[in-house]
Amino acid sequence: MTVTTNNPKTEAVPADLVTFTIDGTEVSVPKGTLIIRAAEQAGIQIPRFCDHPLLAPAGACRQCLVEVSMPDREGNVRPMPKPQASCTMTVAPGMIVKTQHTSAVADKAQQGVMELLLMNHPLDCPVCDKGGECPLQNQAMSNGRTDTRFVDVKRTFPKPIALSTQILLDRERCVLCQRCTRFSEEIAGDAFIALQDRGAHQQIGRFDEDVLGFAGAESSTGPVDRPVGEATTDTSGRPFSSYYSGNTVQICPVGALTGAGYRFRSRPFDLVSTESIAEHDSCGSAIRIDHRRGQVLRRLSGEDPVVNEEWITDKDRFAFTWQTATDRITTPLVREGGTLRPASWVEALEIAAAGLAKARQAGGVGVLPGGRLTVEDAFAWSRFARTALGTNDVDQRARVHSAEEAAFLAHVVAGSGVGVTFGDLEQAPAVLLVGLEAEEEAGITFLRLRKGTQGPAKTKVFSIAPYATRGLTRLDGTLLPAAPGTEAEWLTSLTTSLAPEGSGIDTGALAQPGAVILVGERLAGSPGAYAAALGLAEATGARLAWIPRRAGERGGVEAGLLPELLPGGRPVADAAARAQIAEAWGGEVPGTPGRDTTGILAALVDGALGGAIIGGVELADLPDPAAARAALDAAGFVVSLEVRASEVTERADVVLPVAPPVERAGSYWNWEGRVRSFGAALESSALPDHRVLHVLAQHLGVDLQAASPTEAHLSIAMTQRGAWDGDRLRVQRGVPTGPPSIRPGQAVLATWRLQLDVGRGQDGEQFLAGTAKLPVARLSAATAAAFGVADGDEVTVSTQRGAIGVPAVVTDGMVDGVVWLPLNSAGCRVHETLGAAAGDLVTVAPHVSDTQVTPVTRTSDNSEGKAL
Amino acid sequence: MTLTPVLTDTWDKDHSWRLATYERAGGYAGLKKALKAEPADLVQAVKDSGLRGRGGAGFPTGMKWGFLPPPDGGPRYLVVNADESEPGTCKDIPLMLASPQHLIEGVAITSYAIGCDHAFIYVRGEVLHVYRRLLNAVEEAYKAGYLGKNIQGSGFNLDVTVHAGAGAYICGEETALLDSLEGLRGQPRLKPPFPAVAGLYARPTVVNNVESIASVPAIVAKGADWFSSMGTEKSQGHGLFSLSGHVTRPGQYEAPLGITLRELLDLAGGVREGHELKFWTPGGSSTPIFTAEHLDVPLDYESVGAAGSMLGTRALQIFDETVCVVRATSRWTDFYAHESCGKCTPCREGTYWLKQVLHRIEAGEGQDSDLDLLLDLCDNILGRAFCALGDGAVSPITSSIKLFREEYQAHIDGHGCPFDPSASALFPYTPKTRIAAALAGAGAGGHR
Repeated sequence: MTVTTNNPKTEAVPADLVTFTIDGTEVSVPKGTLIIRAAEQAGIQIPRFCDHPLLAPAGACRQCLVEVSMPDREGNVRPMPKPQASCTMTVAPGMIVKTQHTSAVADKAQQGVMELLLMNHPLDCPVCDKGGECPLQNQAMSNGRTDTRFVDVKRTFPKPIALSTQILLDRERCVLCQRCTRFSEEIAGDAFIALQDRGAHQQIGRFDEDVLGFAGAESSTGPVDRPVGEATTDTSGRPFSSYYSGNTVQICPVGALTGAGYRFRSRPFDLVSTESIAEHDSCGSAIRIDHRRGQVLRRLSGEDPVVNEEWITDKDRFAFTWQTATDRITTPLVREGGTLRPASWVEALEIAAAGLAKARQAGGVGVLPGGRLTVEDAFAWSRFARTALGTNDVDQRARVHSAEEAAFLAHVVAGSGVGVTFGDLEQAPAVLLVGLEAEEEAGITFLRLRKGTQGPAKTKVFSIAPYATRGLTRLDGTLLPAAPGTEAEWLTSLTTSLAPEGSGIDTGALAQPGAVILVGERLAGSPGAYAAALGLAEATGARLAWIPRRAGERGGVEAGLLPELLPGGRPVADAAARAQIAEAWGGEVPGTPGRDTTGILAALVDGALGGAIIGGVELADLPDPAAARAALDAAGFVVSLEVRASEVTERADVVLPVAPPVERAGSYWNWEGRVRSFGAALESSALPDHRVLHVLAQHLGVDLQAASPTEAHLSIAMTQRGAWDGDRLRVQRGVPTGPPSIRPGQAVLATWRLQLDVGRGQDGEQFLAGTAKLPVARLSAATAAAFGVADGDEVTVSTQRGAIGVPAVVTDGMVDGVVWLPLNSAGCRVHETLGAAAGDLVTVAPHVSDTQVTPVTRTSDNSEGKAL
Repeated sequence: MTLTPVLTDTWDKDHSWRLATYERAGGYAGLKKALKAEPADLVQAVKDSGLRGRGGAGFPTGMKWGFLPPPDGGPRYLVVNADESEPGTCKDIPLMLASPQHLIEGVAITSYAIGCDHAFIYVRGEVLHVYRRLLNAVEEAYKAGYLGKNIQGSGFNLDVTVHAGAGAYICGEETALLDSLEGLRGQPRLKPPFPAVAGLYARPTVVNNVESIASVPAIVAKGADWFSSMGTEKSQGHGLFSLSGHVTRPGQYEAPLGITLRELLDLAGGVREGHELKFWTPGGSSTPIFTAEHLDVPLDYESVGAAGSMLGTRALQIFDETVCVVRATSRWTDFYAHESCGKCTPCREGTYWLKQVLHRIEAGEGQDSDLDLLLDLCDNILGRAFCALGDGAVSPITSSIKLFREEYQAHIDGHGCPFDPSASALFPYTPKTRIAAALAGAGAGGHR
């Protein structure tokens, strides 16, 4: 169960202190502190390159040399004969450290190392991206000689190696600190570059069998994922594919690693930096947005030790151009004679208000706000639905969803505050993942899980999934093989300690203090799984956390963007709960439970609802995009609040433009339950959702109290005055349909979204797109053989609606009778093309090569072209 | 002082490398005796003998064994460092070639003493003939029941793996050797943890030189007192002295520590006929050079240290007056630049620069400031590098400039080398003309 208190358990207990002297100042620091860290605490900066607080000490660059004296057994303090690397040596009681400030030896040692580093460095600072924010440049100024004595010949390398479409390596700038290789080995677990050669010819390089000589290395890191674009091979000889490669660019202390998108684009001193929160997943990673004259040029990881430490995913780093895509809606639009035309805000709002009022009369208005809202927007949408439209027909879930899930969220998640944290994952003895592929769906969560598996807690990770992904392999995780739809069986058998022998997991593993069960939103497609997960958590005492994919979903749960839920976990059906919210908001709160997304769309078709107001929803994200399109086509009146033109825009009667995250202030509620606030990075006249809804509500005669962020916060606070202590929604256990009867030629579809796919949040970033994984169909050896498919063969996966052709990859240890496809990758759009979701039956057949017909995927895939 | 052949005793016998030859000379008496003793007593015996590491550093061998933590039920390893690659050093390779069973018996005794049931011999990859001979010797020992299961009925089991390195000087550094043995890139590890605590596969490990381990059987068989009766007060026992270069009879001379070069030269027939000693290394290229002044320095750890160098591996390279000290130093520096592993800045970049400066001076393109530059660079490398390789790289430069500064200056002032390289050669030799010497070391691939 998630716990409602703010849990300070992750903070370290006060360690034993060690007192030592640095530059004449006596300092006490926790035992085990490195000299270089202790110096920082004392306000003394020692120059360094290889040292990084989140990486294991290397002692490679030797820039941080200091003089150290140690007490001997008799207590006489004796200087050590050589200067010591302060990044590798821990403080000891009575130690005396002299840095460059008080020791001529240390100062000369540092200057000597700096001279050697600069000797082979190209000194091309005027054209280097790092120039102006370069540790080498800065420390050469602070701790280097003013001139060079080197008159000989410099080492040179051919200009850059493209490690992937995104990451470029200029070897001659490299100081061989190994931060990048250590990051990829220690943190991300996907070593794609390594040291090669030796001596002065040592270089960071891609895999090269001539140099490294271990061609054909066994696949020790799980299934191969091939990127879409050109990439060099990683250290195991397979194509480099990493979601975290951008971090190496950021921690490179020189300009050796650069990102293709930012290369030669800007000077750091021309940039304005704004701290922000990444919008691409529910982790709430701290980022820094660097912009110049109203244009975002790059994003970097922020520093937040409790959330993302100093790492972000490549998607959070590089995918920002969507906010300035050419299809941005800049002015309100109204439909006239079948086509949209620009309109003034006043005109558009009047038409929207009148249309919504009329639709309300005609049965009601369905509200589909989407899952990417800020907290402020989510509460405004919730309040708008309840007070301005008088309906509970509101559902933020633009994905596979179920009533069981809504009840689970109301029962477990809503109003639960900060529950399981990233720090808890790092210290958990065991973590069970269900319906969640952490690397794909919550990237930073994966890094924390990996830190747990590598750290003192030695976290054991288990995943209920159809196959062991490369991510699970890098967590040294154990696969609990399950076909989609059968997750509940595993969870139930664990609850009753009936787990098969040899699976490495039992009730005991999860009953250890600190054990965690992480459930993903995909469980909505597996009847009974949410209830079984709750049952398992209650039976074992393991803590439970829900990790959605989208940034706004946790906040939406808190705001009550579900048909039976009001803010703070209050059930719609509970009169006391409604009274509390009515008091906070003023006016009436309807008591009839509403329709969910599917219900709303169905009601639009059959006319039970008169219209809809829709936020950031991609129709192609819905399990049946065709049905969704038909529903909006049939709807009496549609209002759309959107950043960019979409399929909803085409079907809307009034379109109201709203601001993307970079142009507004707001907050996300990350999956931990932590509120992650950010300010507007760019000045903009674009309005956030809550402001637009506020004025729209005014036209409907209702005060939404959301005109400004401050007012919106006050309005939210009114709903948070007391925790809801009444009854919560009960989780009605969905009835598992059981394994479907598979006819010959059929398989059960397993599918989930990859971190990098054709989602519109990644539009316009070609370099990033090249690092997405190539879509493949994964099958077990037995299943592939049954279909007459060999590894690498083109295979066709089809339903009545359409077919997808991708290469087959025979995957070890995969559940038989299952075919896995990426949900929304280029050329493999499962909902769109197949109209199918995980757990559905699909037909699998070898691709017939003589059919020169255009693949069905291309023809039916019309939204993709439109997005660009 | 006379020779004390122990390890070299049977080198002149027919098929000296055979187990039978070794046994006829009393081989494996030490192991048989050892297997009846308590392991702790063996460690104590080696401590009492005063045996110090023969790989160069001279750390007391018994004390090293004593650093192992108490057994915890998990494996502990003995790793023999047979990656002999220092210029001038040539003692372990002849030993393993001529009498490998000395080493194997030592491995068995040491393994028994430290509680190890799997020992490794990491031999330099280039010496294929030695690798083969070791493999055969291990096989012979297995067949004779000196290795394998239940050795000599004692219940003690031992497997020995002979591993060929890939040819990197750095892999003679014990932690780089362990990384290489584990299949990783051969670069030194951060210490602590020391190998005694977390060595091979993060288990307690003893890493010893070939000659150290080969000296153990005789210590066990003949007693610690026998061993410590040889040598000096703090440098006890016998050692191999490898004479090479301009000497009449180069080769291995096994003698008590404390012998002088003058005595060794007498045994070896003196410096090359018609020439006189100019300079020499006491322990390989990483030890500061000596001159004729130091002929009477006793070759033990303390005396050589007090005279400003190191005993090292007792690789006595003899250079007569025909040798250009700049040329010799430059060649040594080429070696260090080639063999630097690249991990740390001072060694990687420093040797790259030193090499170019020395090439310039040798080619007559030196500048007056170059000698001070060399000394300052050496100062910036010495004690700043990650491992001892950096320190070793500067020894020949600093010591040769100290002793022969005028000769360096003559190269600069005279715009070239005043020596004739063919005069120092021991075979007909026409030196190649050095074209654009200053550029020779530069650029990627410059030395390949």
